[in-house]
Amino acid sequence: MITFDRVSKRYPNGRDALSNVSFSVHTGEMMFLTGRSGAGKSTVLKLIALLERPTRGAVLVGGRNTQSLKARHIAAFRRRIGVVFQDHKLLADRPVYDNVALPLAVAATPLKEIDRRVRAALDQVGLLGKEQALPLELSVGEQQRVGIARAVVSKPPLLIADEPTGNLDPDLSLEVMRLFRRFQDVGVTVVIASHDHHLVHEFAQRVIVLEDGHVQGDAADPLPSVLAYR
Amino acid sequence: MSVAVAGGRHLQALLGSLGRLARSPLATLLTLLVIALALALPTALRLFVTNAQAATGNFANAVDLSVFLKTDVPLVKAQQLAQAAQRRHEVASVTLIPADKGLEDFKTYSGFGDAIVALKENPLPHVLHVRPRAENSSAPALEALRSYFTAWPEVELVQVDSEWVMRFNAILEVLRRLLLLAALLLGIGVLAVVGNTIRLEIGARRAEIEVTKLVGGSNAFVRRPFLYTGVLYGLGGALLAWAIIAIAVTVLAEPVATLARLYGSRYLLSGPSAADVGTLLGAGAALGWLGAWISAARHLRSIEPRA
Repeated sequence: MITFDRVSKRYPNGRDALSNVSFSVHTGEMMFLTGRSGAGKSTVLKLIALLERPTRGAVLVGGRNTQSLKARHIAAFRRRIGVVFQDHKLLADRPVYDNVALPLAVAATPLKEIDRRVRAALDQVGLLGKEQALPLELSVGEQQRVGIARAVVSKPPLLIADEPTGNLDPDLSLEVMRLFRRFQDVGVTVVIASHDHHLVHEFAQRVIVLEDGHVQGDAADPLPSVLAYR
Repeated sequence: MSVAVAGGRHLQALLGSLGRLARSPLATLLTLLVIALALALPTALRLFVTNAQAATGNFANAVDLSVFLKTDVPLVKAQQLAQAAQRRHEVASVTLIPADKGLEDFKTYSGFGDAIVALKENPLPHVLHVRPRAENSSAPALEALRSYFTAWPEVELVQVDSEWVMRFNAILEVLRRLLLLAALLLGIGVLAVVGNTIRLEIGARRAEIEVTKLVGGSNAFVRRPFLYTGVLYGLGGALLAWAIIAIAVTVLAEPVATLARLYGSRYLLSGPSAADVGTLLGAGAALGWLGAWISAARHLRSIEPRA
């Protein structure tokens, strides 16, 4: 599903976020990216969602080299990726329903279909009945779940999440992680950037540890790499 | 995408734009007013030109030559000459005004009636009023006709009643050019007003645009509501301009009718024709769309999602 081939990323300010990073994520895998702040986790996710382009190397997503993607095809490319943010990036002046419906609206989905899928997505995250609430009327955990509903409403084959539990207490974090696990169970490839060791320890089937833009550990069994990171 | 779905998307974008405009009525009204004034000015000028033209009659067919015969030419000869003139293919009609009739008219209309009675004999000659055909009313054709009649031995003087017509037409032509210039400049003004308003709105909705692009909204999708907003501004401004013009026409109708009556005319001020209104609304919508498009193309490209 995702292949990083000797990818380096240098930002315009001269900072090297990634150096010579290579790894692959298979379809249906649930993979954790971990490491200190600034280690390059977010940059990896940005390169996957085509929010940034690599300075060197190739990023392949769904078999496509993102480098060769023309500007006018980026929108269609992003529709196949669900993105969850730490600050959830909801539109504060729109009700939950509109926020969740946005990925379907941009894909010109028929209104009836939008209605059905938005309800299904809200049901999955346990927020059915909150359609007309504004995001700020919800708790932080609920807001994050709205963000997740928005990320999965169009049933993308790939879900990426940047510190999805960063603002949540341990119980809510567990709940969110179980949600991601359920999506993986139905075949979605999930990539999560997180520095929460406990969650990584409990949920990860595979962990990639980044340190100063280098891959420090990549293991199917999370334990050794987490230990190495510590 | 089916047509119905595409139509639904557009309807949604249109309603969304309408809703946003309605949420800030004062700002919207001010913008509409500026656009309306910019559109009303050239429209008013256009109305002025068409009314001036209509009020003074259709000159193209009304340029006459007055052929004054020598005073010693007898009436019978004058009638023969009138028939000869009538046979010219450039001539539409010839009216003979005998000297007696001329004197009669002069007595009636000039106000010198008593003085004229004192005259022993009629000082006026017979006059032929020659009206050329419409296609022979150009300045060179009139000049040729004048030379032709001047060459007749019985003719004293040929007067072409076209100079003031030409002057008037020249004034109208200046006004028409002025109208064109005003329309051009004010059109650019409308573009700037709409463009700037859209720029501010894009700035205010930056977060929304970023998120929309992030979930895969194409540039066309992001641009659409702004284009509708632009068209609504242009169309709304044009409707308001129409209202302004309609009020102005109503206010001016009475004094114009009075003025016309004083000149012995029953001319009534005419408002904009259906074609004028169509042009006004079409130009408003087109300018609004274009202004929004230029602004959106410039400012939307710079907004890319950041994670």
